[in-house]
Amino acid sequence: MEILAAILITVIGAATPLLFAAVGELVVEKSGVLNLGVEGMMVLGAVGAFATSLTTGSATLGILAGAAAGAVMALVFAVLTLTLLANQVASGLALTIFGIGASALIGRGFVGMPLERLPGLDLPGLSDLAVVGPLLFGHDVLVYLSIASIPAAIWFLNRSRAGLVLRSIGENHQAAHALGHPVILVRYLALLFGGAMAGLGGAYLSLAYTPMWAENMTAGRGWIALALVVFATWRPGRLLLGAYLFGGITVAQLHIQGFGIAIPAQILSMLPYLATIAVLVAISTDGARARLNAPASLGRIFHPEA
Amino acid sequence: MRPRLEARVGTSRTMVYATPVMAVILTMACGSVLFAALGHQPPAVLYAFFIQPLSSTYGLAELAVKATPLVLCAIGLSFGFRANVWNIGAEGQLTLGAIAGSGVALWAGGDAGPWVLPAMIFAGLLGGAAWAAIPAFFKTRFNANEILTSLMLTYVAILLLSYLVHGPWKDPDGYSFPQSRMFADSALLPLLTTGTRLHLGAPITLFLALAAWWMMARMFIGFQIKVVGLTTAAAGLAGFSVKRLIWITLLTGGGLSGLAGLFEVAGPIGQLQPTISPGYGFTAIIVAFLGRLHPMGILVAGLFIALSYLGGETVQIELGLPLAVSGVFQGMLLFFLLAADVLVRYRLRWSRAMTTQAAG
Repeated sequence: MEILAAILITVIGAATPLLFAAVGELVVEKSGVLNLGVEGMMVLGAVGAFATSLTTGSATLGILAGAAAGAVMALVFAVLTLTLLANQVASGLALTIFGIGASALIGRGFVGMPLERLPGLDLPGLSDLAVVGPLLFGHDVLVYLSIASIPAAIWFLNRSRAGLVLRSIGENHQAAHALGHPVILVRYLALLFGGAMAGLGGAYLSLAYTPMWAENMTAGRGWIALALVVFATWRPGRLLLGAYLFGGITVAQLHIQGFGIAIPAQILSMLPYLATIAVLVAISTDGARARLNAPASLGRIFHPEA
Repeated sequence: MRPRLEARVGTSRTMVYATPVMAVILTMACGSVLFAALGHQPPAVLYAFFIQPLSSTYGLAELAVKATPLVLCAIGLSFGFRANVWNIGAEGQLTLGAIAGSGVALWAGGDAGPWVLPAMIFAGLLGGAAWAAIPAFFKTRFNANEILTSLMLTYVAILLLSYLVHGPWKDPDGYSFPQSRMFADSALLPLLTTGTRLHLGAPITLFLALAAWWMMARMFIGFQIKVVGLTTAAAGLAGFSVKRLIWITLLTGGGLSGLAGLFEVAGPIGQLQPTISPGYGFTAIIVAFLGRLHPMGILVAGLFIALSYLGGETVQIELGLPLAVSGVFQGMLLFFLLAADVLVRYRLRWSRAMTTQAAG
């Protein structure tokens, strides 16, 4: 039981950054924009959070800096694709290439420096309960924030007026524009939110999951988050399932070795990537169902005069 | 008065050539600000970055050595990008080409005949193409997004390489360094000039770039690729098989990237190592766009980006700046290029008219 709880706690750790980035990207895609730069926003969020946390000594400032770094990157993407009408796929790739380079440049003085792990919320009484205590009540604030973002996203997209406007823009931007909805403004805001969420995912990596900075430390998690949005068929509720499933696979590679099963580490490390491909193929096979929730204007350039 | 964007009837030929130049100038300007912020004299850094590497025969040869894999991968990618096939896993295909070619070299051992090198080249092409065949199959059969599958396979390929050099292919006499045996002389690409690392791969790449130009401009398949990229519907009406083009563009792209990987291990490296590329496959995406997805443009762009790698190394040695500067430079260049490219399809107009639109 104790071991199981310990394993579950590591699963939560591996799932949290994915969840942040994926929820952000889901909202962005629901507004009709495909931002492939999640990896770049995430890695800059990671270094921003780490550097700020280390220099100021404040974890809160670090978390905010991580979100801000992601949002700034998203702003660059927004100017390129929304104002200057650049290709979204190419712009997203540029964001990732730039983010990895810039984060390495910013973080070069921080490699190998120790940082205290983001503290867990200590609830007297509850956190001390056997098994359930550490599993449910011992986590840091970011874990709870990531989970809370799911019902918030569900409520926003399905129940709030702003969310419905955002979805209508994602479905048909010309029609939404004709109705007087501010297409570009809404997409700017959605992208900034997506960037901040990716930044938070990065902040969780460098402040809590492995409290340190290493070049390219996101290691493809931003891309996995993108795949998760497809996996969830653009439904926030399924993101939770997907992120924890992938967190589980990431952790499984560590524990399989712990149980003394002789599989080379590199082969096990392939698991999350292979699982992403397998899930993507499985989801995409039923094209009609996968596209049911996919925003119809996803990736299309909006220019009202065109 | 506010600026607004007005769609052009066609694309502007002038701007197609002008925007890469604008992007390079803007990148240098921004780079200068960045270097000044890091406490270095911009003229000194720009000299070390762009001029100094070109001031020796060795530097010029290194430029060609670094441009070779970039140009090969970028030409392969450009076929796909033209047809709206977004293969971004060139790095993985490059890795598999290197693995497959090295497999032949290691299997042949020390005293192999002159057949080894052609066999390695064939294996490299095949390895890269096989790795690209996976996203092609998933895309055509299951409609799975090739961006994500090709990228995930890149991580798998790099881990596979790591497994091989740490495990079954590790040099038993290598003092437990994670690398393969050195290739025999017969398994190495001949050098073109002594005292440099310039190898046979460079002229082969030049020839392939010319062949690609001819294919895109003169052959029916080139025409089909362009039509599919512009309007899938028209291509369907004309009876072009989109699936067939997905296969062709991914397989040629994978094959060329695989060749690039083989040229690296059989050329400058001479063995299989855990890292055989500083991200050539990813940087090739920038090269492809900077070169306007045109083989000759890619040749020029490949040389320029190769210079950014060389320049990065030079400023690291001379001024102690981190190697990551190259990535920042390359990312900025692509940003500015994408931003400037708006002028290819749109015209900037100043108008008094009240408009509620994007181009504010």
